[in-house]
Amino acid sequence: MNTLRRIVALAIKELLAILRDKKSRIVLIGPPLAQLIVFGYAATFDLNHIPFAVYNEDRSAPSRDLVARLTGSPHFDLVAQLDRDAQIAPVIDNQDALLVLHLGPRFSEYLKRGKTAPVQLIIDGRNSNTALLALGYLRTILTDFSIDWSRQHGRPEPPAALQIRPWYNENLLSRWFIVPGIVGLLALVITTIVTGLSVAREREAGTFDQLLVTPLRPVEILIGKSLPGILIGLIEGTFILLMVIYWFEVPLRGSLGALYLGMFLFLLSAVGIGLMISSLAVTQQQGILGAFLFLVPAVILSGFATPISNMPELVQQLTLINPLRYFMVILRGVFLEGDSYELLFNQYWPMAIIAVVTLSLAGWLFRNRMT
Amino acid sequence: MRDAAARMRLAGMIRKESLQILRDPSSIAIAFVMPLVLLLLFGYGVSLDARHIPLAMVVEQPDATSASLVGAFRRSEYFAPQAFDSIQAAQQAFDLRAVFGIVWLRNDFSARLLSRGAAPIGVIVNGVDANQARITEGYIQGVWQAWLESYARSQGVELAQPVALEPRIWFNAAVRSRDFLVPGLIAVIMTLIGAMLTSMVVAREWERGTMEALMVTPIRNGELMVGKLAPYFILGMGGMLLSVVMALWLFDVPLRGSFWALTAVSALFMLVALGMGLLISVVARNQFVAGQISILVTFLPAFILSGFIFQIGSMPAAIQVISHLIPARYYVTILQTLFLAGDIWPIVLGNSAALAVMMVVFLGLAWRKTHKRLDA
Repeated sequence: MNTLRRIVALAIKELLAILRDKKSRIVLIGPPLAQLIVFGYAATFDLNHIPFAVYNEDRSAPSRDLVARLTGSPHFDLVAQLDRDAQIAPVIDNQDALLVLHLGPRFSEYLKRGKTAPVQLIIDGRNSNTALLALGYLRTILTDFSIDWSRQHGRPEPPAALQIRPWYNENLLSRWFIVPGIVGLLALVITTIVTGLSVAREREAGTFDQLLVTPLRPVEILIGKSLPGILIGLIEGTFILLMVIYWFEVPLRGSLGALYLGMFLFLLSAVGIGLMISSLAVTQQQGILGAFLFLVPAVILSGFATPISNMPELVQQLTLINPLRYFMVILRGVFLEGDSYELLFNQYWPMAIIAVVTLSLAGWLFRNRMT
Repeated sequence: MRDAAARMRLAGMIRKESLQILRDPSSIAIAFVMPLVLLLLFGYGVSLDARHIPLAMVVEQPDATSASLVGAFRRSEYFAPQAFDSIQAAQQAFDLRAVFGIVWLRNDFSARLLSRGAAPIGVIVNGVDANQARITEGYIQGVWQAWLESYARSQGVELAQPVALEPRIWFNAAVRSRDFLVPGLIAVIMTLIGAMLTSMVVAREWERGTMEALMVTPIRNGELMVGKLAPYFILGMGGMLLSVVMALWLFDVPLRGSFWALTAVSALFMLVALGMGLLISVVARNQFVAGQISILVTFLPAFILSGFIFQIGSMPAAIQVISHLIPARYYVTILQTLFLAGDIWPIVLGNSAALAVMMVVFLGLAWRKTHKRLDA
């Protein structure tokens, strides 16, 4: 009973310490929400309005038809018509166009004589991912053009045709992939900010020693210090989830229970890491540095933007200690694939282990790390 | 006389800051250890190039034709095909995410191929990661095209497709994502370092009350700022040089532009990042808030809004406007061009002008706010 009272008292004190300062209150609420909206729209791999230029030496009906298929697509915007070879390089160099479509003077002649007409394509490869995606869109348009031409002119169609169907995200909207990930991203940032400095600040001010001589046991201090981070993380996490479902309209196909179990374990491990960093730090500056040094790799190596399976084996193994990695799988699994508890079991237990290890280390450091 | 006094005050200030840096090693760690560790980790870790994508192959009626198609997938470096007996077994593996996609040849595949043509090759890909799915679709199309041609040749006919795409990818013919990600990472890391180096500094002085001690000295505002910035500028540029060296020799990113242009632009960007950090610390006046703000306004915006990985041109117009407020945006553009394309002056100079404006704004605001006053 006393234990509970002491923990609640400490948790309230911690919450007050965080929320009392107006600037600190604003920092906790304003930026995460603004970032959710901005990043939700910004973080997409889908290409719209790719600027392209055409160098059409043929100017016949079929070549104009091909160009019209590009201009009619929402993915491409025609920005320039070229009439000399020499104009190609500057247009690409200065990033006025991402790609140049070049149709030679005998394009329609080849087509009509039943030979294969070459379509030259010059792409700016400075961003190789964009280049590959643009090439993919263009390939689809050209394949459609080929099939239509074959049908209209009685030419044989290719003997076998691909029928590609994406599952879980039928229209391949990368927003559906990225936006649920932002829940994990922001929840991690918020909890690290809240807990990463909580011990370091008291150490620097000297009040931590006072805390240690109160009747509070280290376990109670640990719980009292963890509660605000988890509470704030849960509240903001819930709000962000609601935004993802109702504002960004990402379909929620699995159970909320499976999602919240994941979120709770994730917050627990994030708080554990934050408190560990904080109790290792002697000054607040070190606390911030430590929080940063954890946060940045945790985000970049989480599979949020680039897949973990593309990483070298060694780095892949390193990601096993990153709680965000597991939460990303849970978020996307529950949202898009409708995953159940059983299917996510392998994501739950590593986070539980990370939480137990980091929290016990933090508790041990409270007393054994002397300044 | 007055010049000499000013020089002395400035030298004293720089000396004080330098000593402070040397005594608390965390600044040196930020400037040198952070870029080293982060670039190593990300240079190897961040990649959009998929290799050995696990693919389930279901062939209901094995024969020579289907074997040649399976062989085409097997030979591709992009795929690691696994044979499954039935579509049910393949779907089970797909649901457990043991495979990323399924290629399904139904039992009438070869028969239709020989009779009517347009025999369907069923392909299912996991669309959750839409980008990865699209890239995989592209690879599958590549395998399919190559197989069609070799199949036609084996039948003694020429595959007369109406049109054929001849793509040429400039600046990065091998389409290595590392070549554009590493320059972008340098920009992200330098934003962090520049802002972190200074954001805590002034806040710490306010909190400890040493700012008041500085105020009673004859030092002027401008001298205070230059004195605080100079040592961190040198530290930051050291970290920058380290990153460029790693990019060139460890990650084999080509540098097609001139080294001097790179240095000049980087110095400019470092001043912007330091100015941003200084402004944060002047506004926050306490380390806790300064640290929180610098985490929030530097890392994620530089990561997501700079064009480092997500194409700015594809964002909604309103977001594109916001991205103009992110200094890393200009620096990423310049770096990707300098490294991969060369000295393309319209791009380098245009973006540098934007950086110069941001530098003036950040440093100007910080200067105005550092007024030697105790109130406000």
